Amino acid sequence: MKLLEYQAKEVLASLGISIPAGRVARTPDEAARACSELGPVAVKAQVPVGGRGKAGGIKLAQTPDEARAAAEQIIGMDIKGFKVPLVYCEGALDIAREIYLGFTVDRDARANILMLSARGGMDIEQVAEEAPEAIARLYPNPWRGPLDFELNDLVYRAGLGELARPLAAVIKKLHRAIPELDAVTAEINPLVVNTAGEIVAGDAKLEIDDNAVWRHRDLDQRYGSVLEGDPYEVEAKKRGLTYVSLDGDIGIIGNGAGLCMSTLDLVQRAGGNAANFCDIGGGAKAEVVENALAVILMNPKVKGVLMNVFGGITRGDEVARGLVTARDNLKMKLPLVVRMSGTREEEGRAILKEHGIEPGASAWEAAQKIVALTTTPAPR
Amino acid sequence: MSILLDASSKVIVQGITGREGTFHAEQMLEMGTKVVGGTSPGKGGTMHVGVPVFNTVAEAVGATGANASGIFVPPPFAPDAIMEAAAAGITLIVCITEGIPIQDMIRVKDYLRGYPAARLLGANCPGLITPGVAKIGIIPQRITKPGHVGLVSRSGTLTYEVGSALSAAGMGQSTIVGIGGDPVLGLTFSDVVALFEKDEATTHLVVIGEIGGTDEEKAAELLGRGSRLKTVAFISGRTAPEGKRMGHAGAIISGNRGTAKSKEEAFRKAGVAVAETTDQIVSLLS
Repeated sequence: MKLLEYQAKEVLASLGISIPAGRVARTPDEAARACSELGPVAVKAQVPVGGRGKAGGIKLAQTPDEARAAAEQIIGMDIKGFKVPLVYCEGALDIAREIYLGFTVDRDARANILMLSARGGMDIEQVAEEAPEAIARLYPNPWRGPLDFELNDLVYRAGLGELARPLAAVIKKLHRAIPELDAVTAEINPLVVNTAGEIVAGDAKLEIDDNAVWRHRDLDQRYGSVLEGDPYEVEAKKRGLTYVSLDGDIGIIGNGAGLCMSTLDLVQRAGGNAANFCDIGGGAKAEVVENALAVILMNPKVKGVLMNVFGGITRGDEVARGLVTARDNLKMKLPLVVRMSGTREEEGRAILKEHGIEPGASAWEAAQKIVALTTTPAPR
Repeated sequence: MSILLDASSKVIVQGITGREGTFHAEQMLEMGTKVVGGTSPGKGGTMHVGVPVFNTVAEAVGATGANASGIFVPPPFAPDAIMEAAAAGITLIVCITEGIPIQDMIRVKDYLRGYPAARLLGANCPGLITPGVAKIGIIPQRITKPGHVGLVSRSGTLTYEVGSALSAAGMGQSTIVGIGGDPVLGLTFSDVVALFEKDEATTHLVVIGEIGGTDEEKAAELLGRGSRLKTVAFISGRTAPEGKRMGHAGAIISGNRGTAKSKEEAFRKAGVAVAETTDQIVSLLS
């Protein structure tokens, strides 16, 4: 779960980190009101992707009228496929210096890595490439967190020794997001030292592990539904499916992320384009298959569906039964190619045949078949 | 003759009385795996699928001499189950459970440093199978055939796909290992490749990777330094859009590293043949 900036800042504030005064605005009038309360503001698009500044998603406003105009432009704007649902109006900061602070999961080290640099505010990726030594790193112990001397050492290594005490305190607070919130990435860039010497989060990114959302239902309820994402993805999430919308017209259902991804690759290789990625996972039940098909058929662009199921934990007979029921319940008339094998495959194939669905042979053949069937328009 | 798992391995199933635990313990027994017991707290002293049930792994190890374990417990309990197995002296821990929080796995990995003899496979993996001999996990025996091809994969279902194609082409396998798709894992591609390298019964190797992380690149480097195995690599996810999460937490593309392209290039540079579809793997291997 990727939080929006204002949400991430609310969370940081709850951990005890200072944030600038700000107001969420869903309409231009609300933005104008925020500016009249806060004075000059930055009007910032709230989307869960980077690069919004370059996309025109951040505008400075001196007056309420300017804030209104900025919000008018930004709300509803498309930034990297996300329609901006609202803006965050934030009071301007008197910046003395900008620091980079963040953590993420270092997959190679199988550990969390805390990173601190005196060269915040600019493109940190460029710093990482050109001067990796300018980013101090610490792998905190995952059971007890970083010790005080380790944080102190980190701050000195980053060349920020004069801020050792207050900065170590901020890092410690940010680190709490790991054990307490199952955060897998958090970033404050810039972490601002203002002219009064206070340390304030200028921006914030926070991602909570989707596998741990069951431990954080409160966050999910509060923040999980704010973003008006892709309608199919929203519906799929409600139904508990792993689903990602893509641009093509062939619906894909597979079990296992790897198999599902390779099915997309095969469809493209066969000259088609996938409409989605939908992994029904191990142990997929009849109900899950029906849910998957229902979401895929919501998309009017879909001209046919390819289902690729290779079973280990997934049982072919259950999948087949679910598919037949789903097709009948949904009155589906589009071409449907099913490639199925694995545990209880004979039973599964028999059920499909009995109900007039011909199982495909190999995944590659099935991909070619669905592409051929969908190149000419079919009745829905 | 195989890696990690052979006829002498004594296996327990943690979570044996659950739905998946029951089903797969039966499948494991059916192919001749020496399943010597299982655990299910509160059900110790009973019998299930013909083997004794214990309350704790330590009890099971004490009574049976088990040295390997398959874990089939839900995500909230799986991290503890892995650590319990290590603490009880189990040396091969196979965690099938999907959906374990990353932070839990990071703590587990740290804990396992205290047990250097314990090897963890997974989590979120299909397990491993030495065809005709034994298996721990969910890889269907029917797709396998005893032979000399080592197969290591991040994806469960792609493993079955490729195993099945190899078997159909008469190319049996020494051992099939699914390392799992999570970002924080036990055994890596490099670990498993090194084991196959030392296994005399393995003459050929298939590596099935996917986008995300740099484990494939590292295994490619290892193979590039000299290998006696005829190897074919396949990477899934070349058409996956950048930054879109695709179910495996691991399948996230970051920067230039971890893309299908960088992985394929790493293997080519190491002199390893790269298959573009799973169907090509068999022909490139023969």
